[in-house]
Amino acid sequence: MYKYDSYDQAMVDARVAEFRDQCERRLSGKLSEDQFKPLRLMNGLYLQLHAYMLRVAIPYGTLDSRQMHALADIADKYDRGYGHFTTRQNIQYNWIKLEDAADILADLAKVEMHAIQTSGNCIRNISSDHFAGAAADEVVDPRPYAELLRQWSSFHPEFSYLPRKFKIAVIASEQDRAAMRLHDIGINIVRGPGGDLGAAFYVGGGMGRTPMIAPCIREFVPLDQLVTYSEACLRVYNRHGRRDNKYKARIKILVHEMGAEEYARQVEAEFAHLLEQGVEPPLAELERIKPFFDLPEEVANAADAPQAESPGSELAEWILANTHKHKNPAFVSAVISLKPVGGIPGDATAEQMHVMADLAKEYGFDELRVMHTQNIVLPHVRKADLPALFAKLQDASLATANLDAIDDIIACPGLDYCSLANARSIPVAQKISRRFAESGKAKELGKLKLKISGCINACGHHHAGHIGILGVDRKGVENYQLLLGGSEAEDVSLAKITGPGFDEDGVVDAIETVTDLYMREREDGERFLDTYRRLGMAPFKEALYG
Amino acid sequence: MKILTGNDLLSGAVVWWDGQGWSLHVEHAADAGEEAPAIMAREEAARRVNAPYAIEAEREAGGGIRPAHIKDRVRALGPTVRPDLTLKPSEPEALDWVI
Repeated sequence: MYKYDSYDQAMVDARVAEFRDQCERRLSGKLSEDQFKPLRLMNGLYLQLHAYMLRVAIPYGTLDSRQMHALADIADKYDRGYGHFTTRQNIQYNWIKLEDAADILADLAKVEMHAIQTSGNCIRNISSDHFAGAAADEVVDPRPYAELLRQWSSFHPEFSYLPRKFKIAVIASEQDRAAMRLHDIGINIVRGPGGDLGAAFYVGGGMGRTPMIAPCIREFVPLDQLVTYSEACLRVYNRHGRRDNKYKARIKILVHEMGAEEYARQVEAEFAHLLEQGVEPPLAELERIKPFFDLPEEVANAADAPQAESPGSELAEWILANTHKHKNPAFVSAVISLKPVGGIPGDATAEQMHVMADLAKEYGFDELRVMHTQNIVLPHVRKADLPALFAKLQDASLATANLDAIDDIIACPGLDYCSLANARSIPVAQKISRRFAESGKAKELGKLKLKISGCINACGHHHAGHIGILGVDRKGVENYQLLLGGSEAEDVSLAKITGPGFDEDGVVDAIETVTDLYMREREDGERFLDTYRRLGMAPFKEALYG
Repeated sequence: MKILTGNDLLSGAVVWWDGQGWSLHVEHAADAGEEAPAIMAREEAARRVNAPYAIEAEREAGGGIRPAHIKDRVRALGPTVRPDLTLKPSEPEALDWVI
């Protein structure tokens, strides 16, 4: 993984000192809250429902055991003993004190981490495939390119005050495991007809109050022009994006209203202009970055035999559900579920974080990934080590075998923590998780992605759920709209609302109604999403509302 | 009744105007009435509270105070999904008060 050089470290250290001074000036009264708020947000510090919340950047979700231990120590020392992993592959802490904020950033800087650009109208944490560098189906590890974009976008003076926040994802597989087309810019690294690598650019996607799937505006950008093309995309947005109405300020609105063809035309004109200016970092920088992401030699070369498991055992079930095919058949990527039955999706205690860090060191070549689905990955685990790994995960209550099942729910913090939310998300997730896990239906249903948001901002990705739930405020009472048919993967689609909403228990019943219909109607090999797409909305509506 | 709430500058904790200062407990909240804007301006300037605002609330039969909106009831109690992190960890039934 990428290691800071002296410039990186100096920048982060300088930012800590600057923020410490800003905090002191706020506490002494030299800065008003209006003056201080944009400064704290630039360092990921929000004021939420119950306390300050700090969001820490984890570039493309990759971290090592030293960093995971540091995150656990912060949870223990400055929070209430836990952290919450998010859909942007970040971690956030919900119980931070202003007087501690600079000390936390200093502790993060010691392990090459920070909270810069985790808030504000700037380019946010670059996300990527959580199996990057390990997945059998990738054409190349996308992370060196994500890292190049991270370096370009960090402190970029032209893009520090965009019309709105800006999110980029980079993948390099046909399978989309990063919701690439639901980003402001989605980059898919592909092989062109001549065998060269290039980047397909999808621009103007996103969820929120106006969900849109990003159209492809260029099928192939040579990789040595990746940053320049990104710069062109941002420049056109920065020039034309609306600043008079925050609800119409995201690039998806611009691309939609301008038209993808016209937007692409202007990007091409800007791109041609920029190519003459020499924006692109020298290839030497990309070559410097790449080796940081090399597979460990042992992973690249090992050829030991996989261990056989007893069919039907808990271990075999976990391996079937929670491991992913690795490019070396002696290995797998192992998913640590942060979705225990009835638990809070994405939460991990400090103790669990320490355990995950230790397991990464012992079995995972010192590497972990945060998934946008709020789980954790050990990307390189020798198949022979799976029984030992599983046993230790069981000891730490981290061995739930439910990857992509109905109880592997994405849920935003909702009204329990978030000042923007209108309804609680977590209690609904807990009830669904319990109902389907305890009845055994979760396993019968197979792959079924369920996502819950507590407000229209869609942090819980409800638009992209095979089943989505949106919490709304109806005259001061929580109400839950049900949506069907979304996908964030390569078969991307936006979910549609079924009809009138339900109360908290009613929406759990409603989900059972639609999944029962699916189980009656499904054909061989069909996921819930496939059956929904074949049958359409009508029978589901009929079952729900009569 | 109209009560005032905000967050403590240092800790970010939810606080309620009790007529003289800021309390962690909504049951101590005082009716700010027409004085609300002046109190908020004065207290914010003195850095005793962050982002204050006025809300409607009602006095319950037992003497407690119940904010009109669920969001402020969640703020008053703490996260409903972590009773151990609420202001009343030993009273699980307190969560029912939010709904």
